[in-house]
Amino acid sequence: MSTPIDTLTPVLTDNWGAERSWTLAAYEAQGGYRALHKALAMEPTAVVETVKASNLRGRGGAGFPTGMKWGFIPQDNPNPKYLVVNADESEPGTCKDTPLMMATPHTLVEGVIISAYAIRASHAFIYVRGEILHVIRRLQRAVQEAYLAGHLGADIHGSGYSLELVVHAGAGAYICGEETALLDSLEGRRGQPRLRPPFPAVAGLYASPTVINNVESIASVPSIIDRGAEWFASMGTEKSKGYGIFSLSGHVTNPGQFEAPLGITLRELIELAGGMRQGHELKFWTPGGSSTPLLTAEHLDVPLDFEGVAGVGSMLGTRALQIFDETTCVVRAVLRWTEFYKHESCGKCTPCREGTWWLVQTLAHLEQGQGSESDLDLLDDVCDNILGRSFCALGDGATSPITSSVQHFRDEYLAHLTHGGCPFDREASTVFAREGASA
Amino acid sequence: MSPSEEAGRIPGMDDDTTAGAVSTTQVNADRLPAATYAELEQIAARYPQARSGLLPMLHLVQSAEGQVTSRGIEACAEILGISAAEVSGVATFYTMYKRRPVGDYHVGVCTNTLCAIMGGDLIFDRLKDHLDLGNDETTPAEDGRRSITLEHIECNAACDYAPVMTVNWEFMDNMTPESATTLVDDLRSGAEVTSTRGPRLVTWREAERVLAGFPDDLADEGPSAGPASLLGREIARQRGWTAPSVAEAAQAADVKDQGADKAEGETTAGKAGGAPESAETESQAAVAESGADAKHEDNPRNTGEGDA
Repeated sequence: MSTPIDTLTPVLTDNWGAERSWTLAAYEAQGGYRALHKALAMEPTAVVETVKASNLRGRGGAGFPTGMKWGFIPQDNPNPKYLVVNADESEPGTCKDTPLMMATPHTLVEGVIISAYAIRASHAFIYVRGEILHVIRRLQRAVQEAYLAGHLGADIHGSGYSLELVVHAGAGAYICGEETALLDSLEGRRGQPRLRPPFPAVAGLYASPTVINNVESIASVPSIIDRGAEWFASMGTEKSKGYGIFSLSGHVTNPGQFEAPLGITLRELIELAGGMRQGHELKFWTPGGSSTPLLTAEHLDVPLDFEGVAGVGSMLGTRALQIFDETTCVVRAVLRWTEFYKHESCGKCTPCREGTWWLVQTLAHLEQGQGSESDLDLLDDVCDNILGRSFCALGDGATSPITSSVQHFRDEYLAHLTHGGCPFDREASTVFAREGASA
Repeated sequence: MSPSEEAGRIPGMDDDTTAGAVSTTQVNADRLPAATYAELEQIAARYPQARSGLLPMLHLVQSAEGQVTSRGIEACAEILGISAAEVSGVATFYTMYKRRPVGDYHVGVCTNTLCAIMGGDLIFDRLKDHLDLGNDETTPAEDGRRSITLEHIECNAACDYAPVMTVNWEFMDNMTPESATTLVDDLRSGAEVTSTRGPRLVTWREAERVLAGFPDDLADEGPSAGPASLLGREIARQRGWTAPSVAEAAQAADVKDQGADKAEGETTAGKAGGAPESAETESQAAVAESGADAKHEDNPRNTGEGDA
């Protein structure tokens, strides 16, 4: 390869540190809204084709090809078309869309306009979780500025294309990150998932054709239009093209955001983060949030792309790399995630509603050193009755940390029984623990 | 719905007997101020279908009332043409809606796994002690002191700043038990406090107004990003790493194109360890079926623009 791709490739994050980066002036000074003008000069179909050719795959976790999703919108359907941005970033460990919207909300707004134009929507919504107030302020301001500049509203820059964009704050429900629950929530209802089919592309918001995309997917669109599908696809691996934001948190020396071509490894990322915190070693990690099965130090060199992570039995998810060292009790970690899923289960389907409740009971007993080894089989049995039998992916996700941790750390579960409780010092795992403290 | 003692047993309204209960018994006797009602109507009008406004409308009710009140629920129901039970059903589903009065400051401590392990559990314990509160409880009203509602919260999308707290949903990053107690002491005394990635703190009711879609003009306060958000970008700048230029990308594609007949795939794909085709997941299969991938690999210059 004559021009190897650099280890880090800041595109979306490139302007995050610019002076008043959230303003229209700062964004336009860096070439912002150039892609919009280019897109408006194209046929909508050509915009869809460009995104298809880039092989951009959804950045919200599932990795479905974005352009193909757009292509599913039936243009002969007489109902209005809608674009909804999923900005309900709530998957534990995931923290990439939030800084993006805070630092450069116009990247998202420009992406929304181009994407809505591509699917011929005249109404778009950014559904943003309510618990990130300053991000919401920045989005509101960006949308207001975009209207004043003529990037939004009627007859955008004389193109004949009109778009209304509403920033919509949620109210605290993890389940609303699930796209059909998000639609119910956006319709002013309890956020509970819908049975599919019909898929949102056919019957989404107000039973009309709707595209729902993650923030990072939509924010990637301006760069693809501006620099081309070929440019985007020059980064990444064979079936996982382009760049993505990798979020490192936990027991590394310097947690943070790293934008790199898909396929970078955790070993490379930990090195960039200054290594594991001094005197400690990697124990387990999530590749893409708590709903993706745990991996261990043996997976340091797995390429972080859709295929690579799937190849070792987990999922790339949202590239939310939560890193835990040997001071961390895996049972405590998994119990806490399970309590989260129980709390966030929407109650619509029995396997998830009842199953997550029983998982918490069983895990809590184990963590306290009660119960017996057969409880591990019970956990396995309950997980087996949730996975694939729930209405949506929340139930599936709830089983991931449990089955993977029992697989990798069975002895640690049993140690709680022989020890009569948790053998770990919870002080030692904190960031403010005295240096050199250990379990 | 007739005012009666049965009101507490209406399906979906069965929390009515608890403190700060929402009751449907005071219809018409106690209406929201006209100005608030008009703003609720304004929210509903933002949407192609009015009911979409319900979540922001309930945020506005909280801003005006300090909690979700029965007259707030009645107003939403009236404006949207749905029943109070339907509104109540929504209000009870989402954790940000509170059916008891919230203090001047809602203080959240993330106790989801990563923050808990990094110190969130110890911070939450310390604050419960320090404020003499349980979860989701509020300090009693005292002359000259602001009130605080303490709650443990789920992952708030700031994991690279763990342990994380929030005050009225503004970020308070990299907390310790000591900085947490100082924070709540400052809040109670009325001292000005600034979010680590945001503006000077406003009250919970003022914050709820922003969530209802009425901006407060503080967007320009605070930094563009915190240091952790900028870390990768800084390292890239130090090492001279950038995304490829369009020309470099085209050159790389040419090389790949020429080698396509002989090579198994592109260089970077070698790292993937070649997941066997038979193990493809549904979405991978979808990628293959789309033809987009194949078209690109065969001819990288075919961006689709010619198809238009």
